[in-house]
Amino acid sequence: MPSALAETLAVLLLIATLGCAIVRPRGLPEAVVAVPAAALLLVLGVLPLGQAGTETRSLAPTIGFLAAVLVLANLCERYGLFEAAGSWMATGSRGRPVSLLALVFTAASVVTAVLSLDATVVLLTPVVFATVARLRLRAKPHVYACTHLANSASLLLPVSNLTNLLAFSASGLSFARFGATMALPWLAAIGVEWLVLRRFFAGDLVGHGETRDLRPLPVPVFAAIVVALTLVGFFVTSAFNVSPAFAALGGALLLAVPALVRRRTSIGDVAKSIDIPFLAFVLALGLVVKAISIHGLGSVVTHVVPGGAGLGSLLLIAVVAAVLANVINNLPAALLLLPAVSGAGAGPVLAVLIGVNTGPNLTYVGSLATLLWRRVLIRRGEELPIGEFLRLGALTVPPVLIATTVALWISLRLVG
Amino acid sequence: MAPMHIVVWVVEGTWQGCVDAAVQNFPADSRFTLLHVTPSDVTEAADAASIGLFGRGFPGRKPNRRFDDIADDEASSLLAAAADRLGHPDVEMLSWRGRVEREVVRAVAGGVDVLVVARDGDRSRLGPRSLGHATRFIVDHAPCAVMLVWPDETPGIDSIPPPKHGPKPPHPPHHHHEDR
Repeated sequence: MPSALAETLAVLLLIATLGCAIVRPRGLPEAVVAVPAAALLLVLGVLPLGQAGTETRSLAPTIGFLAAVLVLANLCERYGLFEAAGSWMATGSRGRPVSLLALVFTAASVVTAVLSLDATVVLLTPVVFATVARLRLRAKPHVYACTHLANSASLLLPVSNLTNLLAFSASGLSFARFGATMALPWLAAIGVEWLVLRRFFAGDLVGHGETRDLRPLPVPVFAAIVVALTLVGFFVTSAFNVSPAFAALGGALLLAVPALVRRRTSIGDVAKSIDIPFLAFVLALGLVVKAISIHGLGSVVTHVVPGGAGLGSLLLIAVVAAVLANVINNLPAALLLLPAVSGAGAGPVLAVLIGVNTGPNLTYVGSLATLLWRRVLIRRGEELPIGEFLRLGALTVPPVLIATTVALWISLRLVG
Repeated sequence: MAPMHIVVWVVEGTWQGCVDAAVQNFPADSRFTLLHVTPSDVTEAADAASIGLFGRGFPGRKPNRRFDDIADDEASSLLAAAADRLGHPDVEMLSWRGRVEREVVRAVAGGVDVLVVARDGDRSRLGPRSLGHATRFIVDHAPCAVMLVWPDETPGIDSIPPPKHGPKPPHPPHHHHEDR
């Protein structure tokens, strides 16, 4: 097949894949279009089997790692770790809204870093919402903090974000060095978010929460210890050149066995939290993007994206990545950009990460395409009530991008 | 003369001050309405954040409670507490959902005499920015008289920082008496 035709076909299939993932017709899983699309590219020879094999081998450990982290986070919820965090935030704040916001920042940043942004969005945010309601305070600053930090505080560790796992394998860094390099950017992102949100929501951080009926929940000590051990395990395994995915697997097993014995969870629940269709979607999406890359777009991307590790190049890379993430969602953006910069060393790879992770705060659903679709879904005559969220995104994303990239540049000099 | 119709905007953090001001300032035979509006953008942002995860929102997980349900429960318990504090035998309670500032203005559009709202933000000093986004819009647009109260003790006049430029005031400021 001529390369131009192959490229066109692959791009059309990528659009179909992403379109299906956004629209989710009849609630079908994303894999329904992604897997046949990847298969078609293989059958037609657009994606040679050898290339597909290489891509699969490089993605498989990442996908396994993701599955283990998802299981771990789900089990933590079953042990009541998130409920306990909610209780800790309520009592620790003593009902003062600014103190509560500080504790929400702490919890969201730590949960995102250690258990991934998925855990913050799906497991922590509802707890924060319920906690604020119980205190009878205004929910807006605290809920918006969670959704923002799920993205911008997902820079620290390879496990914090699926895009990080992809970059982790592309960067060739050890777990510890990844964390050490990203610590400063992570703190910079959280600091800028704090300054902007604290001021933006000054009017809503008002009053005194009703703490009379609060009873502090006991901390699920076992689950907390296992999470801490898993965290240590990430660094230890990586130091011995073993995939840190095994640490996540170990932690998940340690939590799963007693929970299954005591019927706190079921095999079905654990299996569901592995989310096989989604893992298939990631692999298929990776293959489709690979096909696009090898038929020309890869070299275009390589030309557009600078490869240097100077501050200017890093900023440019981060901005390009942020823009792309907002157009097509951050996962395909990372898949497309990472191969183009992986030859240039850790700096450009991590700059891509800054862009694709912090950029999506411009929209609240991950990309403009998704936002437009959500607008279509809203009944005629109603508007999507998100003007304030978009304003907040416009106020935070540019300074976060700049601050984190400068922090990365400093960090690379100190650590790298 | 027909009894006055007073609408009290009940909002988390400042509602007590509004209810107290309504009790103190209006005749007991007034018609009181307590209005709470759940901001739809908060539940939308919380609900939709998982969409950006491309569906990897722990499938098969049924959330213990939907955001809307939590918000509804909180609104009704808050309104009940406000009615309790108002201590009036006949009080109307409205629990709405939407863009807060628009809904509050809509609620006072016909036949309402006074809307009671509170200042927001830091209450240890007078201004600046004692009106949050929603309150500013409401004060600006409400088609009725608006009573703007300090939710609890009013800060002293000396909590206003002196002007950065220009001459100092000729007289020391008098002690300020707040008349609500």
